[in-house]
Amino acid sequence: MPKPWSVLWLQSGGCGGCSMALSCAEPPGLYARLAAFGIELLWHPSLSEASGAEVIALLEAIAAGERPLDCLCIEGALLRGPHGSGRFHVLGGTGVPTIDWVRRLAARARCTVAVGSCAVSGGFSACAPNPTEACGLQFEDARRGGALGADWRSPSGLPVIALGGCAVHPDWVLETLAALALGELDAGGLDAFGRPRAIYERLVHHGCPRNEYYEYKASAEKPSDLGCLMEHLGCRGTQAHADCNERVWNGGGSCTRAGFACIDCVAPGFQNPGHAFQRTPKLGGIPVGLPTDMPKAWFVALASLAKAATPARVRENAVADHPVVPPKMHVRKP
Amino acid sequence: MSRLVVGPFNRVEGDLEVRLDLADGRVRSAEVSAPLYRGFEAMLIGRVPEDALAIVPRLCGICSVSQSAAAAFALADAAGISAPPNGQLAANLVLACENLADHLAHFYLFFMPDFARPAYAQRPWFPAVHARFAAGGGTAGPEAMAARTAFFHIAGLLAGKWPHTLALAPGGTTRAPGTGEKIRLRLVLAGFRQFLETRLFGCALEAFAGLATPAQLAGWQHAAAPESCDLRLFLHAADELGLAGLGRLDLPLMSFGAYVSEADGRLFRAGLIADGALHALDPGDIREDTSHAWLRSGPPLPPTAGRTEPDIDVPGAYTWCKAPRLSGRPVEVGALARQLVDGQPLLRALHGGNGRNGGTNVVARVLARAVELARVVPAMERWSSLLEAGAPCCVPAPLPAGGSGIGLIEAARGSLGHWLGIDGGRIHHYQIIAPTTWNFSPRSADGVPGPLEQALIGTAVEPGETVPLAVQHVVRSFDPCMSCTVH
Repeated sequence: MPKPWSVLWLQSGGCGGCSMALSCAEPPGLYARLAAFGIELLWHPSLSEASGAEVIALLEAIAAGERPLDCLCIEGALLRGPHGSGRFHVLGGTGVPTIDWVRRLAARARCTVAVGSCAVSGGFSACAPNPTEACGLQFEDARRGGALGADWRSPSGLPVIALGGCAVHPDWVLETLAALALGELDAGGLDAFGRPRAIYERLVHHGCPRNEYYEYKASAEKPSDLGCLMEHLGCRGTQAHADCNERVWNGGGSCTRAGFACIDCVAPGFQNPGHAFQRTPKLGGIPVGLPTDMPKAWFVALASLAKAATPARVRENAVADHPVVPPKMHVRKP
Repeated sequence: MSRLVVGPFNRVEGDLEVRLDLADGRVRSAEVSAPLYRGFEAMLIGRVPEDALAIVPRLCGICSVSQSAAAAFALADAAGISAPPNGQLAANLVLACENLADHLAHFYLFFMPDFARPAYAQRPWFPAVHARFAAGGGTAGPEAMAARTAFFHIAGLLAGKWPHTLALAPGGTTRAPGTGEKIRLRLVLAGFRQFLETRLFGCALEAFAGLATPAQLAGWQHAAAPESCDLRLFLHAADELGLAGLGRLDLPLMSFGAYVSEADGRLFRAGLIADGALHALDPGDIREDTSHAWLRSGPPLPPTAGRTEPDIDVPGAYTWCKAPRLSGRPVEVGALARQLVDGQPLLRALHGGNGRNGGTNVVARVLARAVELARVVPAMERWSSLLEAGAPCCVPAPLPAGGSGIGLIEAARGSLGHWLGIDGGRIHHYQIIAPTTWNFSPRSADGVPGPLEQALIGTAVEPGETVPLAVQHVVRSFDPCMSCTVH
């Protein structure tokens, strides 16, 4: 039997929601999905028996290099305040700021994974005015740096592996850990933020069931409308790098499937969009945040053409909360 | 006398440290410290009011929907509107889904694994409890997680994902359920009911919820072997360990009322039990004391005027948690308080019992969550049948440029309030009091300890224990959520 691949999970300044998301891993379930790849959870704050002094002994042994560690998972932002002291978050029972523990442990772990947008780049924990001086492990919003520094590399040579999302999808964590345990994720498999490309080179737009409304620019005007959420209600699904609508959440959901905007929670800095989350900023009536890989003039031309050509079914259903016009039935002539 | 610092305290949501002064093998006094500060109230100031819906769920990954619901209520209050029936039913279902999933996680993942620790190896019930509940290796954890994962498909269906959804809006919910969704909801609920009936209760939910007296509970408990279901196994161990005498409190009990009812009011009523009687609750009697928190001090303020300004140099401070008080007194909140205020007969009888089993205690807190599981699942079945396909689930909720709103709800762990002020179309005031802020509050200026600090006094600490087991039972019996506490 090969040696288990060890994971230590610590929660820094965050809400714990990524752990909660992880606990909802679909069948065969969290434990079986870890075991399938020989992954051993050395300690997790919600799941492990050990508490208090028992945990501190484990952390000390890892930090001293006496206990090898394959992977350090950090959930939550790293809090540098007040005044650079880190005392907005002291690891209970130790008197030591959590950010200092993380720096010591990351120096020992073969690789370090930032779980969720807070750990990646600050996330909602760094919402303006960022009262706790929160940042991510290797990014502060989209700027390189963070708690470990721009040039930091793990003992295995990788930058922080960044799993953006608020919360993360359980599969993003489990598939990334599995790929790391199997030795199948290297620097080439990561994008500019350190995110696994297999997950983050998709768009939330892909697989969105509102795509027909998008094609015709048939837009929802108020919450619960069926139409596309981009023109008025702040949806950034055409720009958000994640596979939410292909992978789906909690047995079949996603933000746009449930009728509300994608707020691009996977993107560094998303927490300060510069406008209301659920209102689309516009210039001269045209949404500012258009798809990134398409010339603006083309988009505007296509949009006006599409609007003019919108079938009544799509137009009317877009502003209703359940379909009011069914697709036309084609009856074969005998 | 000696001092013991226990932390990091795991299998609670978020960060916790408990400092104990010990004398003669017992806790003489306790200080409960929340060692993380988050600053969410400051983040809300200056934003458009609707942004609260995106920001407040991120206070807490385990009470995320509760925070959404409180914010949506506060915004609806400011807008002077209420959601249509479909929206209320759907919001109830999503909130109940989170609350019951939290109860399940508490019992199976956070609380019970402590009874599978080696320190209990000589107890007669240990082999059964260890096989079932050992953290990581027990058979119950994966089963409960699977049941909970399937149950959360309700959140996937009606709210897109869990945690952190924008589906709960002041005017209702953003996804109108149709006939197909109604049927899928019933299917999910049937699966969850089956898990509870076969694994937790060993009987129909209605049969357990119908137990009205301690004698009937004892009759149920001894009608089958302890190993026949998980709640019996717990009660068996709890009897042998005398847990009903542990973590006892006799403080006022509060509930803001849970779940919008089909009739007027709430499914579980709002109220206050103090000095042995049920009273109407006036949220205007709430003040937050910051004398022992690392926060700028001043006279205790009501949440309509409260402030949250960190100050790490406050002398004598030991936590980031404020000390909310009702008419100057600490208050216990949670499933037990909620059920007692609602008049649930079994818990009322146990609470009023004389001697060592009276008051609130470790066993009663655990039993109350079980009672809620048995009472709320049938309510969810009813709500899903009442959903009307094709009827509106959301109305527009235009907000005034200036005004205020209050959102009071019951989260899994107890009473949650949001107090919102709007000026010039922007949030100019936002204060949150979370359930664990009540239960795990520090001393107030008059030196009166918070509820957990009082509950820990007298708890036994065995020689050589660095992480005293009895202390862990008491702390976890409250199912604390520290992320919410230090918003």
